[in-house]
Amino acid sequence: MQQLITTLLNGLTMGMVYAAFALALVLIWRSTRIVNFAQAPMAMVTTYIAMVLIEGGLNYWLAFILALLSGFVLGAFVERVIVRPVEGKSDINAVILTLGLFIVLHALAALVFGSDYKSFPAPFGVRGITVGGHSLAITPFGIFTIVAVIVVMLLLLLLFQKTDVGLQMRASAFNPEVARLLGVKVSSMLTLGWALAALVGSLSGLLIAGGNLVHPGYMDSVVVFGFVAAVLGGLDSPLGAVVGGLIMGIALSLVSGYLGSGLVSLAALLILVAVLLVKPGGLFSHASERKV
Amino acid sequence: MRKALDTVRGNVLLKHSLIALLAAALVLLVMESVSPFRQGQLAMMAYYAIAAGGLTVLTGLSGQLSLGHGAFMAIGAYTTALLLQEREGALPMIVIILIAALVATVVGAIVGVAAARLHGPYIAGATLALAVAVPGIALHFSSVFGGEQGLNVKVPEVPRLADDALYFLTGTETSTSEWVAYSAWFLLIIVYFLLANLSASRIGRRWRAVRDDEVAASLAGIDLGRDRVVAFVVSAACAGVAGALLALASRLAAPGSFSLVLSLTLLSAVVLGGLGSLLGALLGSGLLALLPNLATSIGSSMGLSDVKAAELSPLVIGLTTMLVILLAPAGVVGSVRQLLAGRGPRATTAAAGTPGAGADTPTVAEPRG
Repeated sequence: MQQLITTLLNGLTMGMVYAAFALALVLIWRSTRIVNFAQAPMAMVTTYIAMVLIEGGLNYWLAFILALLSGFVLGAFVERVIVRPVEGKSDINAVILTLGLFIVLHALAALVFGSDYKSFPAPFGVRGITVGGHSLAITPFGIFTIVAVIVVMLLLLLLFQKTDVGLQMRASAFNPEVARLLGVKVSSMLTLGWALAALVGSLSGLLIAGGNLVHPGYMDSVVVFGFVAAVLGGLDSPLGAVVGGLIMGIALSLVSGYLGSGLVSLAALLILVAVLLVKPGGLFSHASERKV
Repeated sequence: MRKALDTVRGNVLLKHSLIALLAAALVLLVMESVSPFRQGQLAMMAYYAIAAGGLTVLTGLSGQLSLGHGAFMAIGAYTTALLLQEREGALPMIVIILIAALVATVVGAIVGVAAARLHGPYIAGATLALAVAVPGIALHFSSVFGGEQGLNVKVPEVPRLADDALYFLTGTETSTSEWVAYSAWFLLIIVYFLLANLSASRIGRRWRAVRDDEVAASLAGIDLGRDRVVAFVVSAACAGVAGALLALASRLAAPGSFSLVLSLTLLSAVVLGGLGSLLGALLGSGLLALLPNLATSIGSSMGLSDVKAAELSPLVIGLTTMLVILLAPAGVVGSVRQLLAGRGPRATTAAAGTPGAGADTPTVAEPRG
């Protein structure tokens, strides 16, 4: 029983992180119809930026915010300079481009920051909270993770539903042609979409890193879990991404706790294949027509 | 003379056989004149090229993107390692390589059936998950697969017949690692011969038809799903052979050799050379095999530590891949062919006859339906 609760709470925390990462993928997919596989190394790079700043004596929270901002800038840069030429072209090209970026960022991080394991600090304890002599599985940093992701999601929801910019972004994603005719600066909106997505991706990177070891490949499996989470939710729906992320977090935590951590990636693969074969549009999809 | 040339040009099978024979002679010549270190690099180039050849057929001709070919290489390598735990009574090398290919084929068929139903980013994501999952399995069942350390491979002795034949041709003794390099190159020639004929055949034309327009292809009576699965199985088998050779050449099958970056650089090799072109896959693999050493020595001379200098090679490969996609999506071979095709009508007709050439090469920039 104790182990089950521990596993579930752990899964909930990781699920929030996967949800944030899946949300980043969904934001980019909605605006430009590209799955940004380079999201993982982008988040890795911003985590290293935070680490360098903290090691340089900066306050954790200041470094945290600067890292998120650097993610924002990196996302805008990648969209403007690298991805812009292949938008709307063959999807194979876009995927290969993000994979090229994947390799480049990996190599750059190893060159600049070194490829050995380094420990990343956490602002809160990473031991379980003790209540009345019993040690609970939830850690203060785990609570912070859950709260941080929920806050960011609420802010995004506010942005998309209540502000003018959010409306313009939704219009650009929904129908760029018409949005442009109505005076929306579609190209700026696409850049903003990528920048916001990279910020959310960076958040998930920072949260996974907290109290853990960091190396250039530490986000590689997260891109797979985040992608599966996004596909579970239908790749098009932010709410679906969050639900998918939570499902993945709990499912993978159960696999890791009861079967072994080596099988986690295999479980993710099986979940993905099962979803794609049974309900290719995600868990919340309605039947839709196909071309062939 | 001219008539003979025309006959060769007209008959695909004859032409490919002649190229294969020439290539075999060239391999013999080059292998004998280089140092054992270069022989190792050449073996590496050969197994990368076999995997890249399968991948270029899958992605370039049948239009399916796979980010998971490292996983099939891992399957081939671990099969080989499990069969070569003892040197005594081991099966002949070629049988072991065939078994490795067979195992990869079976897994490829399972994955292919799932992949054939997927489109665009979904198939990319699924194969990416495969690339991450397979090394995890090796770690989990560490009593069988040796965990992080991996399994050592006891490379069999050079067969008497091959030793004598090579001695007769070259006049020198053949070491085991030299024999592995030879086997890799001869297998490469056989695999490319088969792939080239396959892509020039009816099934290759069907793959191109499916790639270019699914609706038109299925209206013409092509079974989309079946052809996609066949393409996936063929390329998985190639990766299985490549993995077996990797295990033999490095005498080790360990999860660290099959990282995500391996799968991605394989794809880079294919893109650099030009999607769908076997010559391009060969050139790209040459780059994969030779660049790390070159980049590391340049990096060291610039004052970087060895560990950091080793990262220069993926950096260059990644950057070149991005530049190729942005500037010359047809890759090296495709771009050269386009240039040649612009020269005159003769060049165009010559290029049109070869598989995956000229107009057949997918210029990846074109939007697909």
